[in-house]
Amino acid sequence: MKIRNRGEVEKNELNMTSMIDIVFLLLVFFVMTFKIVEMEGDFSVRMPLGESSGVIDETDLPLKLRLRADADGRLTSMSLNDIDLGTDFAQLRSNVLGLVGNSAPIEGEEGPEIEIDSDYNLRYENVINAITAVSGYKDGNQVVKLIEKIKFAKPRR
Amino acid sequence: MRVKSKKPDLASGDLTPMIDMTFQLIAFFMVLINFAQTEANDRVVLPSSQLVKPPEVPLEFPIILHVAQDGEIVLGGDDYTVETLRIGLQREMVVIKAEGKTADDASVVIRAHQDTAMGDVQEVIRVAQEQSLVNFALRVKEDNR
Repeated sequence: MKIRNRGEVEKNELNMTSMIDIVFLLLVFFVMTFKIVEMEGDFSVRMPLGESSGVIDETDLPLKLRLRADADGRLTSMSLNDIDLGTDFAQLRSNVLGLVGNSAPIEGEEGPEIEIDSDYNLRYENVINAITAVSGYKDGNQVVKLIEKIKFAKPRR
Repeated sequence: MRVKSKKPDLASGDLTPMIDMTFQLIAFFMVLINFAQTEANDRVVLPSSQLVKPPEVPLEFPIILHVAQDGEIVLGGDDYTVETLRIGLQREMVVIKAEGKTADDASVVIRAHQDTAMGDVQEVIRVAQEQSLVNFALRVKEDNR
């Protein structure tokens, strides 16, 4: 008579090796392609070629921001309508606020315009800081807009 | 007499927690992966600003110009200088016109390196203006500080 081994339960085990291989390959792919996304935004500027400032309004004087740089491209001084501001962007913002006022432009109107005249070798970052200062400021989570119309003077060679 | 089983004694660990963790990691990376990074260029480090927000509506016809620190311009994977950029922009204009649109509908997205000379960026703008392009977007990083 055949004696059965009753104590041993027959196990059906799946071979996991191939699945784990694929899973690890997937994991490596995602780890290698992973990149933390930095949120980006735009400063929109409308600049037709050779545009004059349109109809000149006597009461709406154009603002001129002059940015000067040293030989290394660092900002050395700025002036807004000949008011010297040093290199302080907060001072630039408060001056713009004083000139433009707190009121937002009326719907349909373009609002005030600023012309940025910078030295050729000035680092771009400084110009963006200046645009940030004249465009508005953050009040809590709200963005208060100041000047939306920006144009650049001819490049200084 | 006790009969010994002839099966070799395999020491198999329990793989379940490892597989669980691995799947969780895969799910994490899958959710966070962003394939829409084609706009980025390794040579460009954007300046940052507190005022910008990611656009809610994507631009209709964006022409993306990367301006590297040395002033070299990258448009559609090709390198240009200020002098040769005109050719690249003319090609873009042909595509825009073929789709029945005008230069007014297109936007030139300038992704310039933070240390680029402003004059180089202005030259890029000038060349684009010569192609009747009027809408410019100066791209910057969102600064949440």
